[in-house]
Amino acid sequence: MADGAIEVEGLKKRFGDVVALDGIDFSVPPRSIFGLLGPNGAGKTTAVRILATVLEPDGGRATVLGHDVATDPDAVRRRIGLAGQFAAVDANLTGRENLRLIGLLTQMETSAILPRAGELLDRFDLSDAADRPVRTYSGGMRRRLDVAAALVPRPPVLFLDEPTTGLDLPSRNGLWDMINELVSEGTTVLLTTQYLEEADRLAQRVAVIDHGQVIANDAPSVLKAQLGSTVAELGFEDEPIAEQARALLAGRHPGVEREGSTVKLASNEGPRLLIDILRELDGASFSPTTLAVHEPSLDDVFLALTGRHAEESGGDEQPAAEGRRRRRGAA
Amino acid sequence: MSLDVTTRVVRVRPAPVRAIRDAKAVTWRYLIHYRRVPQLLIFSTIQPVIFVLMFRYVFGGAIDPPGPTSYVEFLMPGIFVQTVVFGAIATSIGLATDMKSGLLERFRSLPMARSAVLAGRTMADLSRNVFVVLLMVAVGFAVGFRVHTGLWGLIAGLVLLLFFGYALSWIFATIGLWVGDPETAQAAAFPLIAPLVFASSLFVPIEQMPSWMQPWAEHQPVSVTATAVRDLMLGGPDTAYHVAQSLAWCVAILLVFVPLAVRRYRRAV
Repeated sequence: MADGAIEVEGLKKRFGDVVALDGIDFSVPPRSIFGLLGPNGAGKTTAVRILATVLEPDGGRATVLGHDVATDPDAVRRRIGLAGQFAAVDANLTGRENLRLIGLLTQMETSAILPRAGELLDRFDLSDAADRPVRTYSGGMRRRLDVAAALVPRPPVLFLDEPTTGLDLPSRNGLWDMINELVSEGTTVLLTTQYLEEADRLAQRVAVIDHGQVIANDAPSVLKAQLGSTVAELGFEDEPIAEQARALLAGRHPGVEREGSTVKLASNEGPRLLIDILRELDGASFSPTTLAVHEPSLDDVFLALTGRHAEESGGDEQPAAEGRRRRRGAA
Repeated sequence: MSLDVTTRVVRVRPAPVRAIRDAKAVTWRYLIHYRRVPQLLIFSTIQPVIFVLMFRYVFGGAIDPPGPTSYVEFLMPGIFVQTVVFGAIATSIGLATDMKSGLLERFRSLPMARSAVLAGRTMADLSRNVFVVLLMVAVGFAVGFRVHTGLWGLIAGLVLLLFFGYALSWIFATIGLWVGDPETAQAAAFPLIAPLVFASSLFVPIEQMPSWMQPWAEHQPVSVTATAVRDLMLGGPDTAYHVAQSLAWCVAILLVFVPLAVRRYRRAV
């Protein structure tokens, strides 16, 4: 196998009739951030669970730092940290006790555990709350503690499953900085996300997953270049007017689409584009009722790659217990 | 690869050493729960105390125990057994809660012994049983219960009782991991527990039950253990036989449910 920190080849997993992973391949170079991007149910969490040795694959092969997840899970477990989608910390323990527990269970040198816990609590801005039971923490604090817990044994490979879901903006930015810092210190990070922006900010490479398959694997800048860096959406009074406006703009710009009474177009030169189209529309006496400009979203990527919208395919991203029940029903 | 464990503070320990250390860490975690949420302990104590008062003072007059023993002496060993049976439900709820919260998923991704969560949880429940059972002994003495076989009889009876409680917690651990949801775990416990606790010799002598129920009531593990504990504390001609019967049940339960629970744990996500 090649020399990526994480190597995935033809990985398959099904739950009863539901195919969660339909033969995915990707490789994550050491000391980099790799993003798995996809809607709910695409198979991202299943992939992470297999790599973290929580689930066994049905087919294919995956290695972490050269150790096979199926045949030598214990070697993998000694090298990884996992922060799942739900803050998996014990609400009745304090922050410090949670980290101590993880330190003990990751076979750390006993004398190294409490200093490491203190260091992480400091770093994640949890020192003041360190000795309070976690049930008194806010959602953002729990999430930060969850990520801190994954880092206790200084794992060389870190899995983060939708790490910023449910975080407010400052916490999210703080976590992003932290992730970048870890990578500069030598950690390899695999993160899943539903947000193109997050993948773009963090990852050197992104695999887009849809229905258990990798439909694109590239640098985020390349994915975005295919789309244009800016998406403009113009709303009109009704569909006939919108259609006329679309016809007008389509003559002069590539990638103009209409959906109902909204006309959408993407470009790499955002401000210039806006000035041009508004001038053209005004010249033809069209006045849009709404105007929105945004960065391309996961949905835009999906539209560009598959010609359809990102949809939730009822796969594996539910809370653990629900997922299990559904699988049993399907089996 | 330079990014390997050798540069870090993680140690590779021999499997048995690791299994014991990990189980200790998990036990510590659950015992903190009892300190942080004392209600867990208070409510698991109030319920058997209510049973004592109810059976001793309300129903007691209507029940005639066999032989020369008074009803309170017949009742208390039954209450002790009932306490550990009801206590075992906590094992089920605790593990189901951990499963739902995602904690078990995290534990399964750690380089810890696969047995540690179950061993730690059942050890923590055993510690809780020691506390609750000793408290119930004190309550028993307060309402007129007396041991006829001396201190060693009392101790032998309590050890058998705690061993039985430990075996039961593996049944409930399996159920908790099976259902994976605390409310369901709670609901699933009652239909299992009711025939064991009420169609038994815990509160009422078996001779007073309908004849079709008697074979079950006489040989099921809860009755057998209650009889053995009574014999150990009050004395009886067949003590050794009854204790052996109870031990056989405990061992059989462990032989079946330890592997089942561990198997469930390996698959629990």
